[in-house]
Amino acid sequence: MEFFGLTLPSYGWETVLGSAVSGVFLGAIYALVALGLTLIYGVLHIINFAHGALLMLGMYGVFFLWKLAGIDPYLAMLIVVPGGFALGYLLQRFVIGKASHGRDEIILLVTLGLSIVIENGALFFFSATERSVLVPYDLDGIDLGVTYAVWPEIAALAGSLAITGALWLFMMRTDTGRAIRAVARERRGAQLVGINVDHIFAVTFGLGTAIVAAAASLLAPTYPVHPQIGNLFVLIAFTVVVLGGMGSFVGALVGGFLIGITEQLGRLYMGESLGVITVSVIFILVLLLRPTGLFGQRSGQG
Amino acid sequence: MAGWLIIALALALAPLALGSGRWVEFLELTLFVAVLGQGWNVLGGYGGQYSFGNAVFFGTGAYVQALLQYRFGISPWISLWFAIAGTAAVGAAIGWLSFRYGLRGSYFALITLAFAEAFHVLARSFPSITEGGRGVQLALNQDPDRALATFQFNFAGSFLAENGFYYTILAVFLASAFATWRMERTRFGAQLIAVRENEDAAQALGIDAFRVKLGAISISAAITAAAGVYYVQKYLFIEPGIAFGTSKSVEALFAPIIGGLGTVVGPLLGSFFIHGVGEAAKATIGQALGDRPGVDLILFGTILILVLAFLPRGLAGLWAALWRRLTGGDGNA
Amino acid sequence: MLEVRGLSRSFGGLKAVDDVTLSVPRGQIVSLIGPNGAGKTTLFALISGFLKPDSGRVSFEGRDITGHKPHAICRAGIVRTFQVVQPFAGLSVHENIAVGAHTRLRDRDEALERAREVAHRVGMGAMLDRPASALTIAGRKRLELARALATDPRLLLLDEVMAGLNATEIGELVEVIRAIRDEGVTIFLIEHVMQAVMRLSDYTHVLNHGAMIASGTPREVTSAPHVIEAYLGHGAAARLAELEAGHA
Ligand SMILES: Nc1ncnc2c1ncn2[C@@H]1O[C@H](COP(=O)(O)OP(=O)(O)OP(=O)(O)O)[C@@H](O)[C@H]1O
Ligand SMILES: [Mg+2]
Repeated sequence: MEFFGLTLPSYGWETVLGSAVSGVFLGAIYALVALGLTLIYGVLHIINFAHGALLMLGMYGVFFLWKLAGIDPYLAMLIVVPGGFALGYLLQRFVIGKASHGRDEIILLVTLGLSIVIENGALFFFSATERSVLVPYDLDGIDLGVTYAVWPEIAALAGSLAITGALWLFMMRTDTGRAIRAVARERRGAQLVGINVDHIFAVTFGLGTAIVAAAASLLAPTYPVHPQIGNLFVLIAFTVVVLGGMGSFVGALVGGFLIGITEQLGRLYMGESLGVITVSVIFILVLLLRPTGLFGQRSGQG
Repeated sequence: MAGWLIIALALALAPLALGSGRWVEFLELTLFVAVLGQGWNVLGGYGGQYSFGNAVFFGTGAYVQALLQYRFGISPWISLWFAIAGTAAVGAAIGWLSFRYGLRGSYFALITLAFAEAFHVLARSFPSITEGGRGVQLALNQDPDRALATFQFNFAGSFLAENGFYYTILAVFLASAFATWRMERTRFGAQLIAVRENEDAAQALGIDAFRVKLGAISISAAITAAAGVYYVQKYLFIEPGIAFGTSKSVEALFAPIIGGLGTVVGPLLGSFFIHGVGEAAKATIGQALGDRPGVDLILFGTILILVLAFLPRGLAGLWAALWRRLTGGDGNA
Repeated sequence: MLEVRGLSRSFGGLKAVDDVTLSVPRGQIVSLIGPNGAGKTTLFALISGFLKPDSGRVSFEGRDITGHKPHAICRAGIVRTFQVVQPFAGLSVHENIAVGAHTRLRDRDEALERAREVAHRVGMGAMLDRPASALTIAGRKRLELARALATDPRLLLLDEVMAGLNATEIGELVEVIRAIRDEGVTIFLIEHVMQAVMRLSDYTHVLNHGAMIASGTPREVTSAPHVIEAYLGHGAAARLAELEAGHA
């Protein structure tokens, strides 16, 4: 096969399918990282550039809980998820909300500033050394025929689906969820009916951070943590969010799987290095051609 | 204007006054970042289009400058025009795509980031052209007589060897500041600012916002590319991470935001301030804690947030306000 | 000079402008009135290129300008003001007006000079160095007008420039607008302030639910029963007539 002058290797269907299936597992993680981002976008209409840094912080949390207290990374969720919520709430309420004077382009810059502070804070305190959480079951798993899925991958997939479902239920069934949706639809109107918009913004940011902390738990057994790890996921998460439609939960899930599969197939056919460009190309094309994404309603002019 | 003559003169005489070495190195870095900042400022400060991927222009400029010499043996004095013009064209292309489809705000920030990332991957992925992840290493000229011809001052006479690149970046900076200063006083500049302030109103008054933004991104790209040219000549090396990584994109926006968006002096003021603070912090806190990395950037990020919160017009705005208070009038600083 | 033929535009199911046909003759002041939400601003947006029509044509001085870009339409000689004022908030009054002047003048000094003249003409001469963000509502409305005028238009579309002004200010602005017309600029204006409509317009169109329901001299249209009903609700014309009869 030829592709832009590159000769592509040809593979048997098992290899291709195997790649696609591992793309599904990878995509589950992307979807979960993107879920928090899209939730925040849907309500605050801003891209949170600190999202990757918060993921990294969550992974350090999981690592140190395991290293110092011997807590299993999945169990650590019980601590890092509430911790993430509290951190997110406080950041929005007392830093982002205060510093941005309610102007979208300033919020963008404030979250960028935050990401730099958090990332270099990690570098300063924890150094650039990669640290891995070691679990006894990280190589066990199930043989799916075309590929072999290890437990951490399966847990990530199941966790992503469960958390997306739980978030959806929360948004539909609880009063807080309804208030968040009201603010997302009509900021001014929500204010008029007595909803405390600043509080809802902070709750939303807290939820987004809690979700990314859950993602950190699910990632910790497979990815070593270092101060830059967030960057690995964040551009992909942006792509997922844009592809799925900014603010759409289903979009985040579908987008995550699509990107995961595309990336794995890209790697298979174009090699490790060039393979990842498929993500950037999708990103650029979606932004240009369909900035509302697959499931979104807002236009690209926000 | 008088202020600028004093700044230019002071900067030109600095190596004589301070002696070469640490202080001049500090000023050189300050000026380099001020050029990156001025490039960002034209589009972001004057045009209100916040790019998060200006590294794409730095990297393109640097790679064109390096590869034309490396692959074809072209003189650096010729290749630099290709680097600047070529990057301006890349800027126009990216702008054409982004602005044609009406991308603004978050979306524009994201797409510029995506372009930088795509170029990053491309530079890594075609070693037959770019030498891939290893980067391009230019041959070192050791002949003092050819220092000027090769645009390499390492073996030139001692003053030039020590200060040649300082004067290079000073010249680039003054050129970029002059260009920005001129731009402010043209129809194009007024229209660009109008687009930033209110795009609908600008269009109603006959401004082709698309063309104006396209012009701004091209100028932004050209200025940023000049910083890339300087970088390659000084270090004789470029690799994908340095060229297209996020750090250049971030440095480019720190200086003008902290110094004062949409002002000619902002990028210089901001760059001087953050690097001053950064050096001081590294020398004190960093040293005290065993020379660990990250201190300066923690401070930069914090300063950025504080400036956004409390000084929407940056240090230049603070200066103007203080000046007004001191002189009691509305004198223009 | 302006011809609008069968112009329509919907938002979702709502027909904001519905098959509107009208013309604005050179040198006149024509007004467009109608209740809130009638589609007046939408019609201006269609003429000035900010919205694309679903169907219908707009032509200006014999040339078709339907669907052209706003900046191109401005350069062709039609300029609009915004009902919700859109100042360049970070700039001074002088700089705001100069942006308009640059449409015809490349040179910075000439544009600033022209802006100064225009400012004096609309009574803003004393406010040149004020930041636009520091203006009162009346000031901002004038700034809209001044900026538009600085582009040297042949047709000026004014969207409720009198709203929110007191009686004295309205009186002043009426004179300013007359003077602009006398210098040869054709004017098409949306206005709720009936006193101004009556004093200024040579001709008036009435829009209701997107459709033109009446045209004529201001006196004719404001006494037409169906126009009164559009404004005040069903049966209002009859009640009004009774009232007048009672007084007589
Ligand atoms: N961009 C839009 N999207 C959806 N609906 C719109 C849009 N613009 C206007 N409308 C609707 O179209 C109708 C006409 O609005 P328009 O602003 O033209 O009225 P108007 O006559 O100028 O009213 P007013 O006197 O209050 O200014 C209104 O019902 C309005 O809600
Ligand atoms: Mg209106």
